[in-house]
Amino acid sequence: MRIEGKGHIDRSKPLRFRFDGVEYTGFTGDTLASALLANGVKLVGRSFKYHRPRGLLTAGSEEPNGMVEVVDGNHHTPNVRATVQELYDGLTARSQNRFPSLKFDVLGVNDLLSPFLSAGFYYKTFTWPRAFWEKLYEPVIRRAAGLGTLVAQHDEAAYEKAFAFCDLLVIGSGPAGLMAALTAARAGADVILAEEDARLGGRLLSDGGQVGGQASVDWVAEVLAELKALPNVRIMPRTTVTGVYDDGTYSALERVGLHLAPRTDLPRECFWRIVAKRSVLAAGALERPVVFPGNDRPGIMLASALRAYLNRWGVVPGKRITFIANNDGAREVARQIMAAGVKVAAILDTRENASAVEDCPVYLGARITGTKGRLGLTSIEVAHKGGKLTIETDCLAMSGGWNPTVHITCHLNGRPIWRDDIAGFVPAANAVPGLIPAGACAGDFSTAAALANGAAAAAESLSALGIIAATPDLPSAENAPYVIEAFWQTPGAEGRQWLDFANDVTTKDVALSAQENFRSVEHMKRYTTQGMAPDQGKNSNVAALAVLADVTGRAIPETGTTTFRPPFVPTSIGAMGAGGKAQGFAPQRFLTSDQASRDRGAPMIEAGLWYRPSYFPKPGEKTWQESCNREVRMVRTAVGVADVSTLGKIDIQGKDAARFLDFVYTNTFSTLPAGKVRYGLMLREDGMVLDDGTTARLGEHHYLMTTTTAAAGLVMRHLDFVHQAFCADWDVRFISVTEAWAQFAIAGPRARALLATMLDRTPDLPFMGVTDVTLGSVKARLFRISFSGEEGYEIAVPTRYGEALFRDLLARAETLGGGPYGMEALNVLRIEKGFITHAEIHGRVTAYDIGMEKMVSAKKDCIGKAAAARPGLVGDERQQLVGLRAQAPITAGAHLFRAGDRVHRETDQGYVTSVGWSDTLNCWLALAFLEKGRARHGETIRLIDHLRDIDVICEVADPVFFDKEGAKLRA
Amino acid sequence: MPELIAKTALGGPVPLLLAATELAEAPILSMTSVAPYPGRKKQVNAALMPLGVTFPAPNSHSAMGEVRLIWTGRDQAFLIGAPAPEGLAEHAALTDQSDGWARLTLSGPQAEATLARLVPIDLRAKTFPIGSTNRAPLGHMSMILSRLADQGFEIMIFRSMARTAWHEIGDALEHLHARASVE
Amino acid sequence: MRITCPLCGPRDRREFYYYGTDDYLNRPVADAAPAAWDDYLHNRDNPAGVTRDLWYHDMGCTSWLAVTRNTVTHAILKVEAVAPVKGATQ
Repeated sequence: MRIEGKGHIDRSKPLRFRFDGVEYTGFTGDTLASALLANGVKLVGRSFKYHRPRGLLTAGSEEPNGMVEVVDGNHHTPNVRATVQELYDGLTARSQNRFPSLKFDVLGVNDLLSPFLSAGFYYKTFTWPRAFWEKLYEPVIRRAAGLGTLVAQHDEAAYEKAFAFCDLLVIGSGPAGLMAALTAARAGADVILAEEDARLGGRLLSDGGQVGGQASVDWVAEVLAELKALPNVRIMPRTTVTGVYDDGTYSALERVGLHLAPRTDLPRECFWRIVAKRSVLAAGALERPVVFPGNDRPGIMLASALRAYLNRWGVVPGKRITFIANNDGAREVARQIMAAGVKVAAILDTRENASAVEDCPVYLGARITGTKGRLGLTSIEVAHKGGKLTIETDCLAMSGGWNPTVHITCHLNGRPIWRDDIAGFVPAANAVPGLIPAGACAGDFSTAAALANGAAAAAESLSALGIIAATPDLPSAENAPYVIEAFWQTPGAEGRQWLDFANDVTTKDVALSAQENFRSVEHMKRYTTQGMAPDQGKNSNVAALAVLADVTGRAIPETGTTTFRPPFVPTSIGAMGAGGKAQGFAPQRFLTSDQASRDRGAPMIEAGLWYRPSYFPKPGEKTWQESCNREVRMVRTAVGVADVSTLGKIDIQGKDAARFLDFVYTNTFSTLPAGKVRYGLMLREDGMVLDDGTTARLGEHHYLMTTTTAAAGLVMRHLDFVHQAFCADWDVRFISVTEAWAQFAIAGPRARALLATMLDRTPDLPFMGVTDVTLGSVKARLFRISFSGEEGYEIAVPTRYGEALFRDLLARAETLGGGPYGMEALNVLRIEKGFITHAEIHGRVTAYDIGMEKMVSAKKDCIGKAAAARPGLVGDERQQLVGLRAQAPITAGAHLFRAGDRVHRETDQGYVTSVGWSDTLNCWLALAFLEKGRARHGETIRLIDHLRDIDVICEVADPVFFDKEGAKLRA
Repeated sequence: MPELIAKTALGGPVPLLLAATELAEAPILSMTSVAPYPGRKKQVNAALMPLGVTFPAPNSHSAMGEVRLIWTGRDQAFLIGAPAPEGLAEHAALTDQSDGWARLTLSGPQAEATLARLVPIDLRAKTFPIGSTNRAPLGHMSMILSRLADQGFEIMIFRSMARTAWHEIGDALEHLHARASVE
Repeated sequence: MRITCPLCGPRDRREFYYYGTDDYLNRPVADAAPAAWDDYLHNRDNPAGVTRDLWYHDMGCTSWLAVTRNTVTHAILKVEAVAPVKGATQ
């Protein structure tokens, strides 16, 4: 029911929305919750376990009951809190956890079975027979319990992540937060003011009170106008600070597009990481329910929620309101309700000696012993110090006191401190370095205290940063003392008294937990699921703790608290993973030849972050294998061109460059003449092979190292470490030039002929030579190296010319019967030659294993040398690199066994690292590691791949299958 | 004899203009890595004298007209817009980097906010003023970022990753554009 | 967690690559006894408290850093570049 003249909604802008198929009207400024209440909808959901009918308990993000699905076409978002969802025109929402309808839910039968469904029921009951769990019990329980449903489709909506930095982060924009922000902003500090609500002002928007002699909301507007005009202030509405991390890092969740009809270009949410030098926590406090039998019926809500619905949204969800409280705060709400012309049936005060001045019945020493109304409250049973009575009422507002919002002060392991005088926890001093709690979240509940504390906290924060801030004049404000008498449950009453509404935990469950010796608060939580629902116990933890303390005969501080962890509010995975999809997950690296390869229909394959052509299909070729075979044949008989730019290239210069290379490579580079290239082997300090590649000496003090594609970054990091840790004073400098050069392999018997068509003079370059050449006006480098076993060259040009050169090379190759070849052919060519890649040097392989132990120079130290010589890293017990030949398909990853041995882990003789079909040799080839392998060439071995049902007898061979003498290479 | 055509990383795309902020690919400039050998900063600065720039302190760049020397890491800076002067090679390793990097420019009122979607460092003008050059990630990519104007940045990224950088920056810009339309 | 790189300033730890304890800085001489190499390569303390580890500013200036921090409180006590710390020993 709307109250005329109340609320900060725009009644000139009505909005249509649907809930459970029924169309309603609300106003701009409404939340879904306020609009539903205004339309008389009290029943909004069914509880998690017992499917009890539930209504709205709160008006904020801590709402445990009012969770709905917001529908957008074929998608919907589950577990949206109606109290947070702003109304927009066309909003469609539906209740969840009910079938077939909210008013008639068949699983409401759970509620009748509740004597059998107490805490621990599932653990005790559904454990036998074991096989029934997965097939029967779990699916049934899953369907019965739970909240909203997921959409089994990709979430294609946009999400954003962002970073922000500031001097002072102010969390919350109530009186404390606004004052803190104002104080810091006027002092010139960079301020971020984060407010969970769409509107700033916190409780000042809903308390219906005054600040500085004017309406609270007008004072808020004045302060905001000043803050907005300052360039050093960033105001972030709809932004919840969700977590605190080390060194002043805060996470925050911003609702960017959720308050609007869905559109594809606007992010739904933004996940912020805010780094703040200092922060003021002004998160306020959350009101506690009162615990009595049947305290969960629709129509029973917090007094603060009733106050907010009245003052902010002009809604009162009832015609005869009753209050129950253990503190004075609710009295002001009752007075406001009466002033709005709504009947207050009674005020029930649990205290025996409270005042009774209101113009309505006030009962002291009151208890509620029962409630009635299946889908909405109709009456309550009351016992008080003067007797018993039944009160007809359709809305009960309760206040069990206030819990300071300490949550994020616990994120760095800080434990809150119990204060008897306010019957609540407050943040421990310095629980988060650099964060000062102010106002209600520090246990100071009056508006005047909040204003003063906010200003003081900001001044103290800034002074730590060397900024002197003047405290603004403090406006006058409500300054009532907070008087409370703890009341945790209704003693001696029959019926279930609810603690955790969201997870259906009652006082009996907590008692049962203690009885079964789950007495530690952390054990009780897990046994009963208390505090484990989406509200994370914001409404119930303290009361549950008090009940546990009571039944175990301990005091509350002694009983302790559970740990609050991030996030403070439910956070969508989409928001947390924002920016982590597709190219945001892994950058894509493209070769200069990329388009030319795609033009030729080459499927691309990922090699690390790179995209490389797999093969270049020709008309008539039906499988990749046909194309691959042709490309191998082409290289072996004519000429092939491949883009090899992905290999890491490191330019190394300085008088100590040679000395440095001698230290990082096992073999010697100081003796390499300029104009020559040498194969090098690099070890890790633990003796395992790190990488291999060729390094060219371009000048006296100038080398060019190549690394494998896979290890380019790894090698750079390794070189940086060796240099900075062991020889920082040497005259050596190095930098990656991987991206500066496009480099193409030209391989095959006609490679030289191809070069002759494009160079002024064909250099007489010996095998493993390097020289500068020019291509027209472009300076290039020509290497004579080969990864295919054919006469091979690699030509490198500045990357800007890469695409042009690739297309040019292909055209020339094609006139010679050649063309491009892809990764598949490249792989077969190198396997035929026994050239290793990181498939072989995978991190557990030594120089000895690959037959290169002689490359570890005896004449000098190098990284990995000491370890490489240790027993266990050399010798017969190690598996050695061999070749395998087979007449049937074989696979990498297969294991090797002696024929006749039982196939078992203990009889495992080795494993396969690379395979390929060799058209050249008309058989399958593999590289593998085999026990004592070098001595077993010519033997047969059984290759088994259980995953692919492969069982093939292979012949063990030298890993160099083709042209072992290298005659073609050196031609 | 082939006549090779030069191409920038993105081939000179049409600039993306959203929220009054422009993302564009910049042309290839002469760019040389200058890495002074230990104890040679004084000689390096002497050799740089004719260009009017000095070896920059970390996180900054030194500029004179079209010539810039930008800090790019430990004992390393890139000389942009001019060939290395005579005598420099004696005291510093010089390596041509002109082709290794894609250069993008981002300018306009939303430039800083756009970068704040992808770059986890403090880009406020007071901590990252004109004349700053930082090494920092752009998403998962290594970047050299300079502020050239109040609302103007130069973004250098490995050339092979230019398309991803363009896509990610463009996405951030589109989101800001959409945000602006509802505020 | 934020690490203040001596060159780049305060940065999120995600910009850094974690390597391991600073034992790696004390490389034995080439012909040291196997036990010395064993200690260098394998034997590690696992302190609840102050530790000194090596981090690489991968996404920044590529400095190797020795970071002294408390594994219990997460406090970072000191960040030094490895190069001037260790200098030339080879």
